[in-house]
Amino acid sequence: MHIVVCMKQVPDSAQIRVHPVTNTIMRQGVPTIINPYDLFAIEEALRLRDTFGGEVTVLTMGPPSAEDSLRKALSFGVDRAVLLTDRFFAGADTLATTYALATALRKIGAEFGPPDIVFTGKQTIDGDTAQVGPGVAKRLGLIQLTYVSRINSVDTDKRLIEVERRAEGGVQQLQSRLPCLITILEGVNEIRVGSLMDALKAARATLIKWSAQDAGVEDITKCGLRGSPTIVKKVFAPQPRAQKAELIELGDNPGDALIDALFQRQPKLEGELEKLARGY
Amino acid sequence: MSDATKAPAASGRAATKKALPEHLKSYKHVWVFVEQERGQAHPVSWELLGAGRVLADKLGVDLAAVVVGAKNEQTQNVVHEAFCYGADLAYLVADDLLKDYRNESYTKALTDLVNAYKPEILLLGATTLGRDLAGSVATTLLTGLTADCTELDVDAEGSLAATRPTFGGSLLCTIFTLNYRPQMATVRPRVMPMPERVEKLVGRVIEHPLGLVEDDIVTKVLAFLPDRESSKSNLAFADVVVAGGLGLGSPENFQLIRQLASVLGAEYGCSRPLVQKGWVSSDRQIGQTGKTIRPKLYIAAGISGAIQHRVGVEGADYILAINTDKNAPIFDFAHLGVISDAVRLLPSLTEAFSKRLSPHQRDRLAS
Ligand SMILES: Cc1cc2nc3c(=O)[nH]c(=O)nc-3n(C[C@H](O)[C@H](O)[C@H](O)COP(=O)(O)OP(=O)(O)OC[C@H]3O[C@@H](n4cnc5c(N)ncnc54)[C@H](O)[C@@H]3O)c2cc1C
Repeated sequence: MHIVVCMKQVPDSAQIRVHPVTNTIMRQGVPTIINPYDLFAIEEALRLRDTFGGEVTVLTMGPPSAEDSLRKALSFGVDRAVLLTDRFFAGADTLATTYALATALRKIGAEFGPPDIVFTGKQTIDGDTAQVGPGVAKRLGLIQLTYVSRINSVDTDKRLIEVERRAEGGVQQLQSRLPCLITILEGVNEIRVGSLMDALKAARATLIKWSAQDAGVEDITKCGLRGSPTIVKKVFAPQPRAQKAELIELGDNPGDALIDALFQRQPKLEGELEKLARGY
Repeated sequence: MSDATKAPAASGRAATKKALPEHLKSYKHVWVFVEQERGQAHPVSWELLGAGRVLADKLGVDLAAVVVGAKNEQTQNVVHEAFCYGADLAYLVADDLLKDYRNESYTKALTDLVNAYKPEILLLGATTLGRDLAGSVATTLLTGLTADCTELDVDAEGSLAATRPTFGGSLLCTIFTLNYRPQMATVRPRVMPMPERVEKLVGRVIEHPLGLVEDDIVTKVLAFLPDRESSKSNLAFADVVVAGGLGLGSPENFQLIRQLASVLGAEYGCSRPLVQKGWVSSDRQIGQTGKTIRPKLYIAAGISGAIQHRVGVEGADYILAINTDKNAPIFDFAHLGVISDAVRLLPSLTEAFSKRLSPHQRDRLAS
């Protein structure tokens, strides 16, 4: 079985700060991590490989420094890492990103065998759109199974797969065919600690690095900023509300003082809260 | 590819000019995809009809509801509801193959409609269904898609201005799809206010065939297991919400939030780091990547008020914030603020509330 995981290196958002005057993101010194949602995809891929045999390839599009995250993935036991990196990819929105990833996936298929399953995380923590997985599936003509919480069975002979998919208000049990693209839900597994062997291999491994041309991109205008139909026209700080919060002091009996202050300003709330507390 | 977008990344200027190719100029009207699962319309669809109404009126065009589902009475009902929530007309693809949501069949239904009737704006809910569908449709149509918008408007040139929080900081960005059609956007539930329902007769309905047979669709639905009522948190629709953030300092202290919520008959929630640390389950997260809430009262304790949190709570009627830092951003949008250690204040607040509210509980037991 050949499984490919698309992953992204993202800034560790917990540590991002915005410059108070210029409103720009201060990236210096912000550590980068594998998009946390992608770890579930990597683990799921490794489990399938452990069961069915085969190989797991990880693919990422990003700056040369994304090598760090690929090595991290190798240390979990992934077999092969591909870095798609080129200045032409910069500034890509989801449509341009899916063009580049789909092109590279075709090339991976040609060089290392066509994937049976392509995994992505549910979404990234920086872009946060959850749209790249579906876009890649569409471009490659793969069946798409999103928000998958469980893979119930894979039949490699009949090329069938059964999964559980989180839907609105319930879970769908789906049967579909390989090859397919799966976006995996968070929390469904826990990324393994790789073996010492894998850690050593990861440190020494040669990564596969492809430029746009290497990957087989035919139309460079479909990449990066140029290939992006969406345009960010304006970046701005949220308008402070005309009025800031009224700050109050509470004294010795803070609980009661706060409730008094609240009901004084919002008399209607008193009745509402009483109704609620009575359990209606 | 239009010339307008060939500007180099660095300047970026020329790329922001509108130069709509001739063949896209006939795209007109605002569409809302009305999401239903098993005959049950998702409320986000009505919220989007409310937002779509404003856009359509500004542009002087029609607002259309798009309904895709099984050929039955429930689907007809959803069409009727769409008119009551403000649609001028409806596009309907009704076929029993559409009983369950499946990406392949729904993508075909919606892209065929777009290609046949050419809307300029297409809005979908940012739900599991809407996100699954929007990505496939936008990629098929090779157009732009702005996900999880918090504000929609049209500019002087009549282009959709879709605003969403941008990554990693206290910033918003406004995104345009100037030279492709339709302009697609998704909006999360509860971000837009619910418009008033006005009883109306069904208006003009344009039916379109699906053009598929079951054998064309690879994926089969073996079963649908509905969520247990009890396991659903009612956070998004609660009248009062109490939430805690990292300022509480420990998972044990989060108990103080649950206790206050319990006394008030409220729902409890949290900021994202608490979910990431595993203190609270993810269905309790409030904000851009969690739930959007619109309660009458929101109490936030030990939450700094980062933009990703703020966009989830701005629809609250009244916000009370408890924070030790008088410069915390939450005080920029809260109504009432207390500069205090939440771990010390919360127990006395809970006690005071339970004293004031409990006499009624005794009344109820007596009667
Ligand atoms: C793409 C993306 C999506 C995100 N989505 C969300 C989201 O959906 N929801 C969300 O909440 N966040 C989200 N975040 C994270 C967000 O940027 C903030 O990091 C997060 O909201 C901060 O959580 P916090 O306020 O609990 O913690 P902090 O920012 O650490 O704030 C803690 C606050 O507690 C105060 N405090 C400390 N001690 C006390 C005390 N004893 N009593 C009272 N106050 C005290 C401090 O003054 C401080 O203001 C997202 C971030 C990104 C990049």
